[in-house]
Amino acid sequence: MANGARNSYYSRNLWSGFLFGLGLVVFFDESVFHQLLNWHHFYDKSTTEIGIVSDGFFHAFSWFATIGGLFMYADLRRRQALWKTRWWGGVLLGMGAFQLYDGTVQHKLMQLHQIRYNVDILPYDLVWNITAILMVITGSIILLKTRRQAGTGGVTNPLSNE
Amino acid sequence: MNNTIVAFVLGVPFVLLFGFYMLAVYLSNHHRRWPLYRSVLWTAGVSFSILSVAGPIAERAHTDFTAHMLGHLFLGMLAPLLMALAAPMSLLLRTLPVKGARRLTRLLRSKPVGVLSNPVTATILNIGGLWLLYTTDLYMMMHHSIILHVFIHIHVFLAGYLFTISMIYIDPIPHRFSYRYRAIVLVIALAGHGILSKFIYANPPSGVPADQAQAGSRLMYYGGDMIDVVIIFLLFLYWYQAARPRKRAAQVT
Repeated sequence: MANGARNSYYSRNLWSGFLFGLGLVVFFDESVFHQLLNWHHFYDKSTTEIGIVSDGFFHAFSWFATIGGLFMYADLRRRQALWKTRWWGGVLLGMGAFQLYDGTVQHKLMQLHQIRYNVDILPYDLVWNITAILMVITGSIILLKTRRQAGTGGVTNPLSNE
Repeated sequence: MNNTIVAFVLGVPFVLLFGFYMLAVYLSNHHRRWPLYRSVLWTAGVSFSILSVAGPIAERAHTDFTAHMLGHLFLGMLAPLLMALAAPMSLLLRTLPVKGARRLTRLLRSKPVGVLSNPVTATILNIGGLWLLYTTDLYMMMHHSIILHVFIHIHVFLAGYLFTISMIYIDPIPHRFSYRYRAIVLVIALAGHGILSKFIYANPPSGVPADQAQAGSRLMYYGGDMIDVVIIFLLFLYWYQAARPRKRAAQVT
């Protein structure tokens, strides 16, 4: 039955969602805030070096995560092991986790760039980070619930060659 | 510097590569037809290479950093990808007489080729070379020396090609690395490329005006992304095909 398959691909459902969520939020950030609204800056003069490095790695990883997450989704489907609820939990956790990292560490600590310029930044930062925390909480609740349903979680390697 | 000589020296090898490929297709087509789309990919790849070393883009690249960057995107990323997808090694192996093909296979199996085709080596040659070019005086020196100019452009193409074939296996490659290993190195390489783009934005190479550096680095950042996406997609596509579920023996009872 499908239930058995989805339990043995329990972790891959989470990872696929998590990677896709992370990639999605970086893509959203890039297209909406950088390109369409032009709020974010490509390079901010106050950016620290570590900020550029961190941004570089996340940017590279986001492409990888989006595409990889979707291929893993397709893989779960053909194995009839897709567990949509758990997958969505992963998506929310991935989105929230990155947005929180971006909003706190990258924007504030590393001064990568701010959400918007020449405005009072506090309401923007609050909306940004509270949304992120809400996504993390919702995602975590879904993941905990599905974990209880599955019983003990099997450990599967998301990128194994088999 | 004499631009015509440079264009000639760099352009002719690509014209020859095009000729050899088409000759091999013609010679080996007696038994089994070589897929047409591969010849099309090779033609496109060679065209982008020639476009970047000879003609208007190459001409403007001497004075305009954005044009230089466009040429490098073609020569170091797009053309190598298209040409790797054309599977020239497979074509060569089926065209050569058995003895020659065996000798070539032995060469491919040798240790030096194994070291060279390791994704880490390819990344150091490719991304490391770019860092060297744009963060030292090398970029300025390149515009004053024909030999340096030719050497750097050949390096950009070869390193780009090596990098592509070390990540996605289209041709037979005896020294294989796991998907996970290649994926990790690929992400690090892409990050190195993106970080360098932003570094150039803030610190223009010597002799490059700030506004040109900014436009050129944006092109490097987003243009690089577009080609990287294709490489990532292909890497996962092959993983997806290789990871196809097979019926286990235990289930067939």
